[in-house]
Amino acid sequence: MGVGDPAGMASAHNTASGMGGMRTAGDLVARMQMSRGMKIKEAKEYVANKLKVSVSDLADPVVMNEMRDDLDIGMVSTSLFPGSAKGIEAKLRIAELLDIEINCVNKFRDKIGRALRA
Amino acid sequence: MKRFHIRMGDGSATELSESELKRDLEEGTRDAAERAKIPPLSQNELAYLFDVYSSPARFVGVDRGNEVIFSYDNGSAKSREDITEIPLHRVQEAQVYEKFLGADIADFGHIDYSFKPVKSIVTFEQQALEYALLVTTVPMFYGSQPNLGSYTQPDGPCPNPMELLPQGKIAEARAAQEEMMEHAVKDMVYVVSAMYESGADGFNFDTAGAAGDADFLATLRAVEILRKKYPQMAMMVGIAGEFILGMHGELTYDGVRVAGLYPHKQLELVEKAGATIFGPAINTNTDKSGAWNVARAVTFVKPCVENSHIPVHANMGMGLSGIPMADCPPVDAVSRASKAMVEITRLDGL
Repeated sequence: MGVGDPAGMASAHNTASGMGGMRTAGDLVARMQMSRGMKIKEAKEYVANKLKVSVSDLADPVVMNEMRDDLDIGMVSTSLFPGSAKGIEAKLRIAELLDIEINCVNKFRDKIGRALRA
Repeated sequence: MKRFHIRMGDGSATELSESELKRDLEEGTRDAAERAKIPPLSQNELAYLFDVYSSPARFVGVDRGNEVIFSYDNGSAKSREDITEIPLHRVQEAQVYEKFLGADIADFGHIDYSFKPVKSIVTFEQQALEYALLVTTVPMFYGSQPNLGSYTQPDGPCPNPMELLPQGKIAEARAAQEEMMEHAVKDMVYVVSAMYESGADGFNFDTAGAAGDADFLATLRAVEILRKKYPQMAMMVGIAGEFILGMHGELTYDGVRVAGLYPHKQLELVEKAGATIFGPAINTNTDKSGAWNVARAVTFVKPCVENSHIPVHANMGMGLSGIPMADCPPVDAVSRASKAMVEITRLDGL
């Protein structure tokens, strides 16, 4: 995006046209752009298919918060969900869910034992 | 006569009549079309922009379903104690972007945000990145700028072309830039390799072309080398401006002269080099209205999206692509530019 104060730039842009990152499925769609080079329509359809939801649900924070809880793939607020996946734990589950390679997840698996890569 | 509240390119407010607003939109798209030899916006698209800019709403947004992905540059160094007096570590700032600001892709980088200074402290950067990757969930780029200017004397190893050119030493200036490229490519491959080996999801080559055609060409060469080395790595190439300055003038990539390329032609070379995401950047003219600037920016970006085989994330930070050149950009201007860029070009992210 670029420089500028976060309230006027990141927050305003996000409210106007952003998917919402972990509030919704924005990080999952972004991973398909990054790992497979998918354009936005194809990336959204891929993630919706994996999650078994409609494309329009992907940017709905209520639908996606429940979905992220069910799938245990990381949430914005975890105060009511002790034991939920956080950080690298969530990314490990996202890699499996989306059937993609995540670089730091592979390195984490290498650290804790190659057997877990199977 | 009804007048509409419009921001200028520097963020200051003005009022335009209906005919003045329509004139600005038409002149903005015509300016981009003539410069880049691309089609202007259609009458329907201009009518859409008129609706966006004539709306009395303080804030506007895309229609439901049109949301796009947000990536950032220098996203981990906006709230440091030496910038906004908030003493956050950049790992914490990446978490703020992830959990408070809805970032789809976080960004991590050194405060200088250039390859040359990062090279000498790369192990420190790797450690910080590795920790950030453990505690965040969204994908994360490490980012830096090629910044060819950092390779000139007295801080760098090469004679300064900006000093040689006014002396009429054209050949010497070109030779200096070619030498700077060699250094920059080595540094880029070194730093990107280190960060990818530390687990980064990808790399953001930010502000490519800032020092002209040699800067852009060095980036393309580095991307090409890294694509062969790391076939799975995501690489985003964000450009410095709408036009590659011909500071050298004779450089080519795959037979194409680099100087003078506009965004839709920059895209072709970025794709050819092996990048994953292209980030066009359109200059904001502070003397013109936001409507003029956005009509112009959208005209430049639209053919990029139509012709691309990779995702396109337009650079819409302060002073770019219709966003006012102001430290605190007004949200009425930002939201209008954001909506217009997304819904006319149908791009993949910002």
